[in-house]
Amino acid sequence: MDADVILEMKDIKKSFGELDVLNGISLSVRRGEVLAVIGPSGGGKSTLLRCATLLETIDSGAIRYLGETAADTGVEGSAVYAPIEKLRKIRSYFGLVFQNFNLFPHYSVLKNVTDAPVVVQKCSKREAEEKGRALLKKMGLEDKETYYPSQLSGGQQQRVSIVRALAMEPQILFFDEPTSALDPELTGEVLKVIRQLADEHMTMVIVTHEMAFARAVADTVVFMDGGVIVEQGPPEQVLGAPREERTRQFLARYSEKEA
Amino acid sequence: MSFLTILEQLTPGMWRSMLIFFLTLLFSLPLGLAVAFGRMSKCTPWRWLIKAYISIMRGTPLMLQLMVVYYGPFYIFGVSISSGYKFYAVIIAFVVNYAAYFAEIYRGGIESIAVGQYEAAEVLGYTKNQTFFRIILPQVIKRILPSITNEIITLIKDTSLSFVITYMEMFTTARQIAASQSSVLPFVGAAVFYYVFNLIVAVLMEKAEKRAAYFE
Repeated sequence: MDADVILEMKDIKKSFGELDVLNGISLSVRRGEVLAVIGPSGGGKSTLLRCATLLETIDSGAIRYLGETAADTGVEGSAVYAPIEKLRKIRSYFGLVFQNFNLFPHYSVLKNVTDAPVVVQKCSKREAEEKGRALLKKMGLEDKETYYPSQLSGGQQQRVSIVRALAMEPQILFFDEPTSALDPELTGEVLKVIRQLADEHMTMVIVTHEMAFARAVADTVVFMDGGVIVEQGPPEQVLGAPREERTRQFLARYSEKEA
Repeated sequence: MSFLTILEQLTPGMWRSMLIFFLTLLFSLPLGLAVAFGRMSKCTPWRWLIKAYISIMRGTPLMLQLMVVYYGPFYIFGVSISSGYKFYAVIIAFVVNYAAYFAEIYRGGIESIAVGQYEAAEVLGYTKNQTFFRIILPQVIKRILPSITNEIITLIKDTSLSFVITYMEMFTTARQIAASQSSVLPFVGAAVFYYVFNLIVAVLMEKAEKRAAYFE
């Protein structure tokens, strides 16, 4: 297998009761690649992300990080997950930025970004704080470390949550509609820091509704609808000259809304 | 008998009332958390058992529970009881009763925490224990403080129910002095004690709530 593949998902199937949410999804993400996942609501984007980050279990298929298997279809045809210790290790490979931040409200900004490195990774407090402060500075939050999440704007909270994920030094970072809970005037500051990360070749998977952003930042755009990947490729192709009718319809509806 | 003498005679009872109060909190607050976990357990028989326990504790008078705990061993099992058991009976009855109330308060608090907090902690690699004690519980405590204050204030007054098994706390003492002296003054003394004790507790809890208000 290609050593540079960070995440590999193979033939992922997932249903909630009667509803097939993921219907055989395969994709891989290489080191330094930025993948944007677009598509209509209910198309399975968020579920795919939740399955990749092990928050949701898949019914069948395989998930591998850096060649290590988190889940694979067993002999009975349903997915079998790795033992808890191995999953714990695999979790350290990725970070996730939530749509509604999910910062810890009782921790200050600095504690939010240093607690997991200290408690989970057993970093020294000093080391974690140095690293945390450097990252906060990079995100333009150096004067906010003593604040509590409720004292920050949505855009600031989302940047803190990006720092919290980065502080764990993940190999790959997932974003679940990172600007959807923000007022329009605040999306820019969050998109800017994600773009900055892309420039530094951070491996990222971004579920987004921001087409212009996807076009600017992604190496690969994946269009999902009805639990399958309808089309994927470079942004110029998927967003500029889509081959599939469904992609064209989606993009047409989208540009109507934006206009 | 002067009011001062009466107060002096009430003092040992006052200490006993305060002892009941503190010991009940000391044991029932952690026990309540354990009961809350049982109440939310995935194991159905266990959950129903805990549900029944809470239902009985909340559905019958504490006074009756005190009598059952104290007289039960003799009348039900024929075990002879020593006078020293009286104190233990009071503590057992109060702890078991208040744990049930606290359990429901904890449960309400725990269930009010957004699932996103658990998910964020899980992705960051916290263990289940770390997630609960570092992330969830501090938020729960802040949310349930007003309800806990309510229970604590009720507890101070409930300690007087110990009179039913003549444990010599404040109220039982006051009753005996009142009967022997044909005076209501002991009750006035008792009322002042309960009121002042409650006032102090209310002020302290308000301070605690203010301290917990540093986050939203």
